[in-house]
Amino acid sequence: MAENITNETIDYVSILAKLELTGEEREGARRDMCRMLEYIDKLNELDTQGVEPMSHVFPLQNVFREDEITGGDGSGDTLKNAPGERDNMFVVPRTFE
Amino acid sequence: MKQYETVIGLEVHVELATKTKIFCGCSTAFGGRPNSHTCPVCTGMPGSLPVLNRKVLEYAVAVGLATNCDITRYCKFDRKNYFYPDNPQNYQISQLYLPICRNGYVEIESEGGSRRIGIHEIHMEEDAGKLIHDEWEDCTLVDYNRSGVPLIEIVSQPDMRSAEDVIAYLEKLRLIIRYLGASDCKLQEGSMRADVNLSVREAGTDRLGTRTEMKNLSSFRAITRAIEGERNRQIDLLESGGTVIQETRRWDEAGDTSHAMRSKEDAQDYRYFPDPDLVPISISDDFLEEIRSRQPELRTEKMKRYRETYDIPDYDIEIITESRHMADIFEAAAALGAQPKKVSNWLMGETLRLLKETEEDPEDIRFSPENLAKLIDLTERKAINSTVAKEVFEKMFRENVDPEAYVEEKGLKMVSDQGALRAAALEVIAANPQSVADYQNGKEKAIGFLVGQTMKAMKGKADPGVVNQLLKELLQTTSGSQETGRTFPDAGC
Amino acid sequence: MEKTEILRLSAVGLGAAVRAGKTTAVEAMEAVLGQIEEHDGEYRCYVTVDREGALRKAALVQKRIEAGELTGPLAGVPVALKDNLCTAGMRTTCSSRMLENYVPAFSAEAVRNLEKAGAVTIGKTNMDEFAMGSTTETSYFGATKNPRNPGHVPGGSSGGSAAAVAARECFFALGSDTGGSIRQPASYCGVVGMKPTYGTVSRYGLVAYGSSLDQIGPLTGNVEDCAVVLEQIASYDRKDSTSLRREDTDFSRALVEDVKGMRIGIPQDYFREGLDPQVRAAVLKAADVLREKGAVTEEFDLSLVEYAIPAYYTIASAEASSNLERFDGIKYGFRAGGEEGLHQMYKKTRSLGFGPEVKRRIMLGSFVLSSGYYDAYYLKALRVKAMIKEAFDRAFAKYDCILGPVAPTTAPKLDASLSDPMKMYLGDIYTISVNLAGLPAISLPCGTDGRGLPIGLQLIGDSYQEKKLLRIAYTYERTGQANMKTLGL
Repeated sequence: MAENITNETIDYVSILAKLELTGEEREGARRDMCRMLEYIDKLNELDTQGVEPMSHVFPLQNVFREDEITGGDGSGDTLKNAPGERDNMFVVPRTFE
Repeated sequence: MKQYETVIGLEVHVELATKTKIFCGCSTAFGGRPNSHTCPVCTGMPGSLPVLNRKVLEYAVAVGLATNCDITRYCKFDRKNYFYPDNPQNYQISQLYLPICRNGYVEIESEGGSRRIGIHEIHMEEDAGKLIHDEWEDCTLVDYNRSGVPLIEIVSQPDMRSAEDVIAYLEKLRLIIRYLGASDCKLQEGSMRADVNLSVREAGTDRLGTRTEMKNLSSFRAITRAIEGERNRQIDLLESGGTVIQETRRWDEAGDTSHAMRSKEDAQDYRYFPDPDLVPISISDDFLEEIRSRQPELRTEKMKRYRETYDIPDYDIEIITESRHMADIFEAAAALGAQPKKVSNWLMGETLRLLKETEEDPEDIRFSPENLAKLIDLTERKAINSTVAKEVFEKMFRENVDPEAYVEEKGLKMVSDQGALRAAALEVIAANPQSVADYQNGKEKAIGFLVGQTMKAMKGKADPGVVNQLLKELLQTTSGSQETGRTFPDAGC
Repeated sequence: MEKTEILRLSAVGLGAAVRAGKTTAVEAMEAVLGQIEEHDGEYRCYVTVDREGALRKAALVQKRIEAGELTGPLAGVPVALKDNLCTAGMRTTCSSRMLENYVPAFSAEAVRNLEKAGAVTIGKTNMDEFAMGSTTETSYFGATKNPRNPGHVPGGSSGGSAAAVAARECFFALGSDTGGSIRQPASYCGVVGMKPTYGTVSRYGLVAYGSSLDQIGPLTGNVEDCAVVLEQIASYDRKDSTSLRREDTDFSRALVEDVKGMRIGIPQDYFREGLDPQVRAAVLKAADVLREKGAVTEEFDLSLVEYAIPAYYTIASAEASSNLERFDGIKYGFRAGGEEGLHQMYKKTRSLGFGPEVKRRIMLGSFVLSSGYYDAYYLKALRVKAMIKEAFDRAFAKYDCILGPVAPTTAPKLDASLSDPMKMYLGDIYTISVNLAGLPAISLPCGTDGRGLPIGLQLIGDSYQEKKLLRIAYTYERTGQANMKTLGL
């Protein structure tokens, strides 16, 4: 599958990842990804039929918290590191066209 | 032109009525300064981790059971990855692969009688923050107070065919969820939100057409308008030889139109995968049984019980049970000794009238059943007349005042002192010889004016029936003599 | 006490000396600060050193020790923290431009546990950016040098922590281990490093790389310190859903010099091509030493070893691509200037804020999760992970511990690794499967190569079996076979 990594794929993935790659970086990314995927394709040597995908190593289940309010006004800490702040809110470039 | 059929499925988001957010202990209360209900978890601070609020699971399962769903005994949370400023982690914790409920249905009443609308799944997820567009500065401001508020998303099957179906389905869902106490389900306030998936196809064919998804529908009216508009748009497209593109569209309520929300920067590829920060949920028989045993009586059962218990018309039962809150008030007031039909009259009459006036719905009723029962008792004892009762009720409706205390404080009690009433009536008789003459000359209606004048003199604190009766007696005994009438006032002193 | 005398003490030794009134927390802090002053210009173990804060806190701790409020083994002991552990009020950069000026409002649970125990934070150590790398060269702040030989890397990603311990710029340090990031630098720098069973130390406040693999652990000068530090940082934490409730975290009780009858498996698959002969010899010699002490050693086939790296890079990159989405220039950290639209801001910020290795893994991770590839790559890797776990389960049915090398070679030269990322990834072959299976493993010195560079011995245990590892490691260490000299004194 690794050979399918075209420039279009790289462009598509960089939209997903919100990364802007220059021409050179783009080619590098394509080459790196090809090599990695080629290597990852090694997994296909293994017959994994009937094996359940394992997300968690331990069978931990049902970890909950109770519906109780903890903490008070967190806005000071929340906004402390904001690159842009106004009226107790984060400032971002406008989201509507 | 060909005949088209509209096929509609709904994605309904409901904010759950928990005290705290889904993955942290921040309050879900409305209002508050921007970002005051936030912590590292709901603002995506590096190093923070989510822990599931048990109540969210309980509500989701309760809704699933009430909508005839299979409860997924082993379920998980997944991350839905997409960049947008209202989403502080740039992924939303949701459920894709193993949602908590599947394969349910609700019954709606439609033209052809009762019909089932299938529920494909219900899943738990977190709400996003709020974006405020600052036109002046040409930027957007972000408030994460709503970020992490628990939601369930109820995904229907494409079983609806008209706006009426959609409204009936939404009303049914809202009724059930409100009965469960899982949410107040207010479209205007956003605690219930419906996205409409709509496609059209030639009548008689089985294959589904390409669908669009319509967002930003915040009222039943908007939903109805959007469905009509989108149906027509798609048919026009097809008729003119075009094709429908699968896309998300945003309804503009003011402009009564919609536009596509596409952007070349959005690939719509959410890269779902199980959230490694949360562990799976395994639902035991015991847990399920506990939720089941805590399920409140739902409407159908309640209606049946009312028919057996209370002597009130079916029509009243239907209206009262449309809201669990109203039904609760009804039952509690009746249990306090108020006559059920009287309670029902207050609820169906004045209560609904005032709710309409204030643009609220029955869930917003603030007066207590105790106060309603007291008010009914006051009128039953004829301590106040019906006009005063309405006035007191309105005060009670708005501020939940104690009617007894209020009547006392404002001096609204009917004057039980017969002497005072008699004196007032005689004053009126004396002051209005023309009306007295008219009455005695057979103009029965003239008494109405005299009753009115007497009530006015009593500042409304008299029973008009009693006044009417008294005037008749007095006019008979005085037999038209104005002079003799003059001796009466003293008697009252 | 004399400064050099203080610096020769272990963490536990210093704690005892402070409690006994032979020295103070402030003296100890002054000693390490002096050491940093003297050497860190060259080694660059630290990203941030908070001199005034450290001395102030040391004084406070000293008072509480004297008042009898702090009696634990680490009270008054200066500690260095990897810079992906959140520290309230002290910047936490992950050695990335993205977080260059980020000051958290809260401290990681492991850090809080240490503070409760009276340990005093010196500062934050350098690392590979967002813990992605094996050399500490991907740091935005420049590479850390190996104190054993400054021409070489300290390993990574917890390279700053390992180097700081080796250079005596701290008495112990915390690191994080996603694929070997504690054990490998410990091995390169000749110190002890341990990755505990997944869930033993809370991940709350650890800036996530691969959430299902990340685990915080100690880097120390000896095995005793390692056990004591782990005992202090291990805790059940309600804020971390993956945290384990364990009763058996009294790790210092495992410091027993006795391996009689313990069964040690030596996986042949860890000794095949690619393994440096000197490393091979040193590790096998360590096995001989343990056998002489009464352990039973046996060679066996672990299997699936060569599949761990591809499975790991798929899973870790996928999780990382999602975990690092939050760095978008809105809430904290770096934001690229300019008044373009939202998506332009995102892309510029992330492209300038992240270094090449981070971007490489984000790209890979985004790809393996993308529509059409999820099953073939991501789910496949999770299936292989299940098989690797099973292989370990089979091994631990027979053995108390698995013994092998930590890395195929000793520390590479500076500037020799980044040009070929694939080759760098292959260096993780012996450490990575431990993270996939959630197991505990310890790395401790077992000799040096011809250039005097340390060689690490890795002991891998079954889940929850840290004590067995500590006991074997302690017994080995006491034989004095591989005593690492304390540097810079």
